[in-house]
Amino acid sequence: MTASVDVKKEGGFLAGLIKSGAHQKLLAFASLIMLLIGFSLGSPNFMQMSNMIAILQATSVIGVLAIGVTLIIITGGIDLSIGTMMTFCAVICGVFLTYWGLPLPIGVLAGIGAGAFCGFCSGTFVAKMKIPPFIATLGMMLILKGLSLVISGTRPIYFNDTPGFDKISRGSLIGDVIPGFPIPNGVLILFLVAIGTAYVLSKTVLGRYTYALGSNEEAVRLSGVNADRWKIAIYTFAGSICGVAGVLIASRLNSAQPALGLGYELEAIAAVVIGGTSLAGGRGTILGTLIGALIMSVLTNGLRVMSVAQEWQTVATGAIIILAVYADMSRKK
Amino acid sequence: MDKIVEMIGIDKGFPGVQALKDAELELRKGEVHALMGENGAGKSTLMKVLSGIYKKDAGEILIRGKPEEPVGPREAQALGIGIIHQELSLMNDLSAAQNIFIGREPRRSLGRIDDAEMNRQAAELFAAMHLDLDPAVLVGELTIAKQQMIEIAKALSFDSEILVMDEPTAALNDAEIADLFVIINDLKAKGHGIIYISHKMDELKRIADRVTIMRDGQYVGTVDAKETPVGQIIAMMVGREVNHDPLVVPDLSEFPVALEVRGLTRGKEIRDVSFDLRKGEVLGFAGLMGAGRTEVARAIFGADPLDSGEILVAGEPTKISTPYDAVKAGIGYLSEDRKRYGLAVTMDVAANTVMPNLERFTSSTGVLNVGEIDAATSEMVDKLKIRTPSIHQEVRLLSGGNQQKIVVGKWLLRDCDIFIFDEPTRGIDVGAKAEIYKLIEDLTARGKAVIMISSELPEVMRLSHRILVMCEGRVTGILPGGEETNQEDIMTLATQRETTQQNAGNIQ
Repeated sequence: MTASVDVKKEGGFLAGLIKSGAHQKLLAFASLIMLLIGFSLGSPNFMQMSNMIAILQATSVIGVLAIGVTLIIITGGIDLSIGTMMTFCAVICGVFLTYWGLPLPIGVLAGIGAGAFCGFCSGTFVAKMKIPPFIATLGMMLILKGLSLVISGTRPIYFNDTPGFDKISRGSLIGDVIPGFPIPNGVLILFLVAIGTAYVLSKTVLGRYTYALGSNEEAVRLSGVNADRWKIAIYTFAGSICGVAGVLIASRLNSAQPALGLGYELEAIAAVVIGGTSLAGGRGTILGTLIGALIMSVLTNGLRVMSVAQEWQTVATGAIIILAVYADMSRKK
Repeated sequence: MDKIVEMIGIDKGFPGVQALKDAELELRKGEVHALMGENGAGKSTLMKVLSGIYKKDAGEILIRGKPEEPVGPREAQALGIGIIHQELSLMNDLSAAQNIFIGREPRRSLGRIDDAEMNRQAAELFAAMHLDLDPAVLVGELTIAKQQMIEIAKALSFDSEILVMDEPTAALNDAEIADLFVIINDLKAKGHGIIYISHKMDELKRIADRVTIMRDGQYVGTVDAKETPVGQIIAMMVGREVNHDPLVVPDLSEFPVALEVRGLTRGKEIRDVSFDLRKGEVLGFAGLMGAGRTEVARAIFGADPLDSGEILVAGEPTKISTPYDAVKAGIGYLSEDRKRYGLAVTMDVAANTVMPNLERFTSSTGVLNVGEIDAATSEMVDKLKIRTPSIHQEVRLLSGGNQQKIVVGKWLLRDCDIFIFDEPTRGIDVGAKAEIYKLIEDLTARGKAVIMISSELPEVMRLSHRILVMCEGRVTGILPGGEETNQEDIMTLATQRETTQQNAGNIQ
């Protein structure tokens, strides 16, 4: 009997979240724990509060991106544009705050809104114009990369005139309340986005259609559901999550770097895949993606702490992706 | 008489269903052996065991007297067993010869394919079958009948002494059937043994030597094809008195028209199709494979486009260009291919049951009301006697009959006015079949209108108040249901072709 992906089973929402994790994510979770134990034995500097927080902070942007693309992958699609979309959103944020000097909340909303709009465009290309997601989002990836450079005049936009912008990611609300526990806001936002998206996936009609489209799009269409409209809605929602990632990275760097972004999409997709979401669609969980993203950060951080050369870190990450997916598939057989 | 195949005491079970129980079959050299039984009787399963696609749970298979256990199609081929499936498995963009020799093409040096040699060998095969066909022609350009001949040629190219043909005439016209029978008789004379699965009694008399009858996965008996009366064979297949009440066609002339279709047309597939359907009526759609029945149904449902035509729902002209429009207009379509079009099989029973209906179970903020969904699903599971361990069981783990009931359930829950059933009993067992019939009768009793497409004439005749017959995309007639119409009337209309000459085979 294969483990079920349905988070919507009996019991409360949190119970469902944990239960689905217990079934499907055991393997990924066990790998994460093993990595943590392994690295703590390898280096005394690894299991330090400051290092743990560094790992979480490093996961925040990639984690949010991965959560967004998880939605797309569950529908059976793929989104290659999320990396440059994130950058585009950061640049838009910079335009609103630095160029136009608008108030901070408006700049943040503009960044998220830009993501939603990009997602809406991708969704329209895929659902209405029937362009395969790979191609549609490959096009979007280049369009957004180009637009980011054009809008910014290829120069970084700094947020020095917007006090508090860097606090979005680097501040610590938790640390203010509980001293000695300085979890950065970026990490807090990652977990809020994760919980919110998991709720949408398991409890709302949007989430239901996300799984249904990935499971059998034609059956959904023949059930009289306006499948195209829902697909666009899903891409739009995922785009807004990318917008959050854009704001986060801009805040962390206190600048919008227009040349950044390319490559993030593959890292995010890797996290999703390590988390057990099927590229064939229909199956996947946010918890899995979160664990997948953590595995990648822990690996990178751990190897660095153990003074492994950067080049070898990349090799190890690649190997982990192949191993993780192979293990997942063997388990399902 | 040489026995080339003996299957004795074959058992095969699947989760939740015993598909074969003590099944038997014996095939002799130079014999055409018909295998008969209702849908779900286990004929195809038995053939899949013979060809190594399924592994038997118990029993013995003797090939030419030696115990064998084919573990896959390749081993079966090596044993000289060739199967021509109902759904042909040819690659349309490759030539006839390329299809026949796929995976074992004659080679020249450096692994280059020797096309000339391949075409020569294919031409030889065709000549042996007295078939006039260019080996280099693309398979996609040929008629279904010719494609079938290529499948046979492919099986023969493996020196298959044992040929299994699964409903080979389902898509053929009379001339093509005659051609096929010439080839079968020829193979027989050369000493091949042929297992012939068909539902057509007249064919049985024309081509078969002996008949083995199966029912509910069990061996019933083997009789001589020519000497045994058809009535006896049917009684063996059904195994009981056909105990449903004779169909009473109600007088529906006072009932309002639920659906009116005028001049539906799309290319050559749908040609000027018009009919009306009253509330409380079952309109059967009969015709051969490819007659355009499913195409008409999908066009009415908005799943495929139309060139022209008008659809009136309850007297109102209604524009239906997507299934979304159709469902809003109160039309539900139960597809013939439930796994492809009907169900999200990796999702659970509840998710599938409420699929056309989610807005009814959703708050204004888009949050699903899981309690109501589960309650409605449980009610439907009870009502339709769907056998599932839980409403949260993934649909792919259920049997075909239960999957079909879920498809029915999702439209019942939607409470449509017009139901289009496309092959509602395909691949489901006899018991589940009767339950589906009962359901259709209940629907019309409640004033719902039903279109029922079926390739099984007894099924069409058992349920239909009127029978619309199609051939080559046209409506060739609408017959009254009940006693007044017999199978021959329907078949006459179903084969009323405009292009008989064109499609006739060219046997030399």
